[in-house]
Amino acid sequence: MLIEIRETPFDPLAELSRYQAKPDLHGKAGALASFIGLMRDHNEGDQVSAMCLEHYPGMTEREIARIIDEAQVRWPLLDALVLHRVGEMLPADPIVLVAVWSSHRAAAFESCRYIMEALKSRAPFWKHETLTDRGRWVDRNTDGY
Amino acid sequence: MTIRVRYFASLRERVGCAEAQFNTGTVTTVATVWHALNPDLALPGNTLAAINHEYATLDAVVHDGDELAFFPPVTGG
Repeated sequence: MLIEIRETPFDPLAELSRYQAKPDLHGKAGALASFIGLMRDHNEGDQVSAMCLEHYPGMTEREIARIIDEAQVRWPLLDALVLHRVGEMLPADPIVLVAVWSSHRAAAFESCRYIMEALKSRAPFWKHETLTDRGRWVDRNTDGY
Repeated sequence: MTIRVRYFASLRERVGCAEAQFNTGTVTTVATVWHALNPDLALPGNTLAAINHEYATLDAVVHDGDELAFFPPVTGG
């Protein structure tokens, strides 16, 4: 399991390939499910030119670890990877990568969704958007279900 | 006893600082710390709190050396 908060841009597909090369996954996993969240250039009817993501160092990593632990109780997972950007970013930048490996697809699909939805509602991150004429905090995440 | 208090995101801007220290000699809850440190600012109804990096309710008791954080609803991912 790997959880990392990144202050610089990352390539989710390259990260997936690199992580999947681990010897304990090679040939063992029958399923990989992943989710990549990207920055949009619009939100609530406004153009968004940039965004700054703040987090609570220490708690953020621990809360994501608790979420993955919960998923591992509910589904037979072989491994999980969560990467999340913080700091200044631009439209189209990857924000988050959630990936899970398991023997079969049901556990992979369902646990990936569970981890992502729990991260959205519990992991302490906050988005501040730069609009054309002002900045604003995003006040809530939309419900994913 | 001494509590380290931290504020994040929009709540940090409303309070006007990122961090404060709270000293008391009596049993204290999360809500009590907020009201003592911010007598002129009602605790926003959607505020979340954490003690030592774990979510806590407003009536949870804080202890000497704890780190208590207040923050708005999270918006990551």
